[in-house]
Amino acid sequence: MTDFDVIVVGGGPAGSMAAEAAARGGAKTLLLEKDRDIGYPVRCGEGVGASGLKQFIEPDPQWIAATISRVRMRSPDNTKVDFGMKDAGYVLHRRLFDYALANRAGNAGAEIQTRAYVDGLMVEEGAVKGVKYQYMGENRELSTKIVIAADGVESRVGRMAGMRTATKLRDMDSGYQATVGNVDIDQEMIDFFIGSNWAPGGYLWIFPKGNGMANIGLGVNGKVAKDFSAHDLTHKFLNEHFPKASILTSVCGGIPIAKTLKTITKDGIMLTGDAARMVNPVTGGGIITGMVGGRIAGEVAATALQTGDLTPNGFKDYPARWQKAEGKTHDGLHRVADAIFEITDEKLNKMAHRLAKIPPDELSLMKIFTAVARQKPSILIDVTRAFAGV
Amino acid sequence: MILVKDNRCDFCGTCVAVCPVDAIELREADISIIHDTCIDCDICIWVCPIDVLSSDEKKEEVKHD
Ligand SMILES: Cc1cc2nc3c(=O)[nH]c(=O)nc-3n(C[C@H](O)[C@H](O)[C@H](O)COP(=O)(O)OP(=O)(O)OC[C@H]3O[C@@H](n4cnc5c(N)ncnc54)[C@H](O)[C@@H]3O)c2cc1C
Repeated sequence: MTDFDVIVVGGGPAGSMAAEAAARGGAKTLLLEKDRDIGYPVRCGEGVGASGLKQFIEPDPQWIAATISRVRMRSPDNTKVDFGMKDAGYVLHRRLFDYALANRAGNAGAEIQTRAYVDGLMVEEGAVKGVKYQYMGENRELSTKIVIAADGVESRVGRMAGMRTATKLRDMDSGYQATVGNVDIDQEMIDFFIGSNWAPGGYLWIFPKGNGMANIGLGVNGKVAKDFSAHDLTHKFLNEHFPKASILTSVCGGIPIAKTLKTITKDGIMLTGDAARMVNPVTGGGIITGMVGGRIAGEVAATALQTGDLTPNGFKDYPARWQKAEGKTHDGLHRVADAIFEITDEKLNKMAHRLAKIPPDELSLMKIFTAVARQKPSILIDVTRAFAGV
Repeated sequence: MILVKDNRCDFCGTCVAVCPVDAIELREADISIIHDTCIDCDICIWVCPIDVLSSDEKKEEVKHD
C-alpha cells in the first residue's frame, strides 16, 4: 500500500486541473504547494481567451477583472493596429481563479497542503515511488504510485527524476509586471507594444484589470536579456506613458516560450504545465494550455492506475493527447516566434503602416500573422494552422 | 562565484529554469546557489528580470572603476 495513488506537486492551474482529474478518476490524490497561499504571488498578466477558459469553467464575476473585445498592436514607431476579437477574452484575478480551481480539486476529493516544499523524490530502480518534502521545518516522506510534477517554470521535480528540463536562454523570456492604478485606459482593450524599444525579442502588454487598474508588463527574450533589464524597461515605460500611475504590486517571472519537452513522462512521473514547457511560444500564454495538459495528465494517471502500468508505456496517451490538443501547434508557433525575432523594427513599422489602413472589423490575428509570414514564407503553414478562425 | 544581492530576490525561479546544472535552490522566500555544482556560466545573471544576481568577478570590476 502506498500513502497516495497520485501526488501532484504545485498548486497552479496545471496542478489543480491534474489533481481534480485524478481524484475524479478515483485516485487517492494529494496536492503539495510550497507557498503559503494557492494563487499568490501572481506572476502573470492574467489574460485568457474566452473559449479556452469556458471548456473548463464558467466565468465567475468574482475572478473576472475585465472582459476584452478589442486588441491593439503597436509597432516601434507607435503605429496602432486595431482589431476586434472574435473570441472575447478575459483578464482574471488569478489569486481568486487559482483558488477556485484548487477548491474544485478539493471538492473532487483531492487533499491539498500548502507550505509543503518538495525537495526530493523517492526513486527505486529508476522508478519514482514517492516524494520528500519539508513542512514547517520538518522533513516528511510520502509514498505514491504516480507523481505529477506541475511545479511551474522552475521544473526541478522533473530534474530530481533525472529528466532534462533546463530551458535554453532563447526559450526563456525574462518578465516583469506592475499592477497599477490611476491609469486612464480602455478597459475592454488589450494593448501590445512590439519591437526592440520596449521589449527586445518579446512584447509589452497593457491588460485592463477594472476600476482604472491595469497589468503593465513586458518580457525580454533571454538571448538579449544580458543587455536589458525587464524591471528597468517597465519602469521607464511607466514613467513615460503613465507618470501618475500608482504601483500596487510588482512581480517578476520567467516565461518559458519553448517547445514542449520531448519527454514528459518517466516511470512513475508525468510533467505538466510550465514544468513540461506547455506555454504558447508566441503569446507566452500558459494558463489555459497548462489546464489542458494538467487535465490530460490527471485523467491518464487515473487510467494507468487501473491498468497497473505505471511506465511511459502506460502513460503514452498523455503525450499523444497533448500533441494533438496543443503540442503540434506549439511546434509550429515556435518556428513563427523565430521568424518574428528576425524582423527588424523598420520592417515592423512598415507592416504596421500597411495593416493600420485595414478597417478594424476586417482585420484579424490570422491576417496579421500572414503579414509576418510574408517575411518568411516557410512559416505560412504554421501560421494558418495556428490562427485559422482566430 | 554567483552571488545574490542582499534581500532583493523576488523568488520567481527564472534563473532556476535556465540553470544547466541545477545549482539553484529556491523555496518560498529563500534562494541559495550550490557553489560546488555551479559552473559560473553566468546565464542566471543575464536572465534575472530584476538583476539581483552577480558574479564576484563583476564585483571586483565595479570596485576598480
Ligand atoms: C510576467 C508573466 C506574465 C504572464 N502572462 C500570462 C498571461 O497573460 N496569460 C497566460 O495565459 N499566461 C501568462 N503567463 C504564463 C502563466 O503564468 C503560466 O504559464 C502559468 O501560471 C502556468 O501554470 P502552472 O500551473 O504550470 O504553473 P504555476 O502557475 O507557476 O504553478 C506552479 C506552482 O508550483 C509551486 N512549486 C514550485 N516548486 C515547488 C516545489 N518544489 N514544491 C511544491 N510546490 C512547488 C509554485 O509555488 C507554484 O505555485 C505569464 C507569465 C509571466 C511570468
